[in-house]
Amino acid sequence: MPNQPVKPGPERKPHRRRRPPPPRFQMRVSTKYAPHKPGDGKVLTCSSETTLKTNQLLELYRYLKLTRLVEERLVNLYRQTKVVGGVFRSLGQEATAVGTAYALQSHDFITPLIRDLGAVLVKGIRPRDIFAQYMAKAWGPSGGRDLNIHFGDMEKGFIGPISHLGDMIPVMTGLLLGARMQKKNFVAVAYIGDGGMSTGAFHEGLNFASVQRLPLIVVAEYNHYAYSTPTSLQTACRDLAEKAAGYGIPAHIVDGNDVIGCYEVTKHAAEFARGGGGAVLIEAKTYRRKGHAEHDDQRYVAEGEIQWWETHNDPIDRFEKYLLGRKIATKEELDEIVADVVREIDEDCAWAESSPMPEAEQAAYRVYDNSVVPPAFRPKVLEN
Amino acid sequence: MSTAVKKEHKAARPERGGPATLVEAIRQGIWEEMERDPTVFVIGEDVGAYGGAFKVTDGLFDEFGKDRVVDTPISEGAIVGAACGAALMGMRPVAEFQFIDFISAGFDLLTNYAAKCRYRWGAGIPAVFRGPCGSGVRSGPFHSLNAESFFLNTAGLKIVEPSTAYDAKGLIKAAIRDPDPVLFFEHKKLYRLPRLREELPSDDYIVEIGKARVVREGRDLSIITFGAMVLTALDAAEELEKEGLDVEILDLRTLSPLDKASILGSVKKTSRAMVLHEASRTGGIGGEIAALIAEEAFEWLDAPVIRVASIDTPVPYSPPLEDYYLPQTGDVVSAARKLAAY
Repeated sequence: MPNQPVKPGPERKPHRRRRPPPPRFQMRVSTKYAPHKPGDGKVLTCSSETTLKTNQLLELYRYLKLTRLVEERLVNLYRQTKVVGGVFRSLGQEATAVGTAYALQSHDFITPLIRDLGAVLVKGIRPRDIFAQYMAKAWGPSGGRDLNIHFGDMEKGFIGPISHLGDMIPVMTGLLLGARMQKKNFVAVAYIGDGGMSTGAFHEGLNFASVQRLPLIVVAEYNHYAYSTPTSLQTACRDLAEKAAGYGIPAHIVDGNDVIGCYEVTKHAAEFARGGGGAVLIEAKTYRRKGHAEHDDQRYVAEGEIQWWETHNDPIDRFEKYLLGRKIATKEELDEIVADVVREIDEDCAWAESSPMPEAEQAAYRVYDNSVVPPAFRPKVLEN
Repeated sequence: MSTAVKKEHKAARPERGGPATLVEAIRQGIWEEMERDPTVFVIGEDVGAYGGAFKVTDGLFDEFGKDRVVDTPISEGAIVGAACGAALMGMRPVAEFQFIDFISAGFDLLTNYAAKCRYRWGAGIPAVFRGPCGSGVRSGPFHSLNAESFFLNTAGLKIVEPSTAYDAKGLIKAAIRDPDPVLFFEHKKLYRLPRLREELPSDDYIVEIGKARVVREGRDLSIITFGAMVLTALDAAEELEKEGLDVEILDLRTLSPLDKASILGSVKKTSRAMVLHEASRTGGIGGEIAALIAEEAFEWLDAPVIRVASIDTPVPYSPPLEDYYLPQTGDVVSAARKLAAY
């Protein structure tokens, strides 16, 4: 149309900054409970806003102490060569396991990692079972067939992990899928670490759970190391929570050493999931103060790093300061709780030590349902 | 809005019994189990509205709905893991691999989770993991696998592979009712083979897992085999009969746990044994069976146990290559002659 006058374009204002294009997607990451570094001599404690009542706060304290002291007892047993395998500590990250699990209802499920003993105890597993497992005793829940927290209790909503990280994410997805078919409404928490999130199984499981809008809460523990590998060599993401965008699910970042924050965030996520919102990712920022297991000398950790966390950011210290500072409990009351915990540990440990080792031939049983397939005894050619 | 109309497709409920090919027999079996037991459900890729790559689950989606016929992402780890988790909840999943070749992507969860769960803490995984296996259909290295020997060395898994429509239906039902994880391999060459079409009974029957079947009685030598190779063995036996050789054929049907009594029984009767299978020779199930016979029936043998199996290569695509790869009827015939003459 040659006769048509050329329409003048919109006038450009050379000094005005152009608006950025609208985002293609919104990162749905809540940082309400994210950690902040202590500044100006301020001491870290715990989140001030909470719906927890005094007795619940004291119960949380009890679980934190129980977790730490059970592990300390395990180290003693290990040094006495009574523990057959390795001992895996959650020193410095107990608040994540305890706080998140405490937000669940009794019929909800968890599948922990090795460093989530606290969650296992909150779910009602007794220390004696843990001791018996570590010492490979006949009275342990797996009868000596498997180690540490590698067992389960469907009644208590506890499904033990396997060593293959990530595998439990699709398993929990299936558990929730089955529950939905049975019209049962519970949520499941699957724990994973910055290392385990690099596995294919993690991706496959969370992707499927997200597609199916299943009430799966993934608690991703950013504890800085997977064995010796720092998080920077696991992922190019700054926060593990960013990964949620790839599944179209919301995420939260929480200070994993703030037991109250961990509780509140999980409570919120559980309500969201229970209400039909689907899967949620919670990233807990914490720190693994011990090595991968007791044998690990942590030569890969920068000098002073562990010391800093121990002095300034120990989850139990922080919670004690919170409880005392707010006059929720006195030092004596807390000491009494600890004394009670030690009593329980003494009793449970004695019980586990009194258990016999399993009968050798038990190794042959229970590969299959033995009412259908007989036990796998040694073959005749090995008999005299 | 798209104006395209979805193609109307509704697969009919299968007859209970009647003439059926192997694929129809499996479909009948799954359908009947889903009707019988509300905890049975199907999970896999394209198993829903599409009815599965080989139409084993055709019509189930319309009949039982999306809750019991679950389409998954392309994610074998999710399929196996989810089946395990649902089984822990008391469900009875029937998980499909689109081709058994893709079982490798679910290997970890099968061997480390499903297989060890009962042993570790007493929680059985009553799940079926099924899919089309086998070569001879010109499908190349990634759609032709026979996967049994990957799993034979894993305690806790059962492995089943039927060679007739009757057995397929009876075994899939038994697998669904089994308290432990069952790998159910379906040879894709047999799915629609007219030769295998047979009249199935209309009653609710199962074929017990762990029991082999004598396909053909004979007194001169035993061919121990399973799957599509049963047909190869039958063809060879017919030829050998003309030469006066009376061949016994044992269809294992269950590969784990092996029916040792039937294997040893047949060998003790004929004193000569050939193991015939479609997977590669080295590390295949043939070696295991040969060792079993050597250990427990050595005095009964008149000749060494021989293996007739595929060569140690991936499964090639081009017909002349694949035919060279696979044991042919002629190979079985000449091996049997040597065995008989030893």
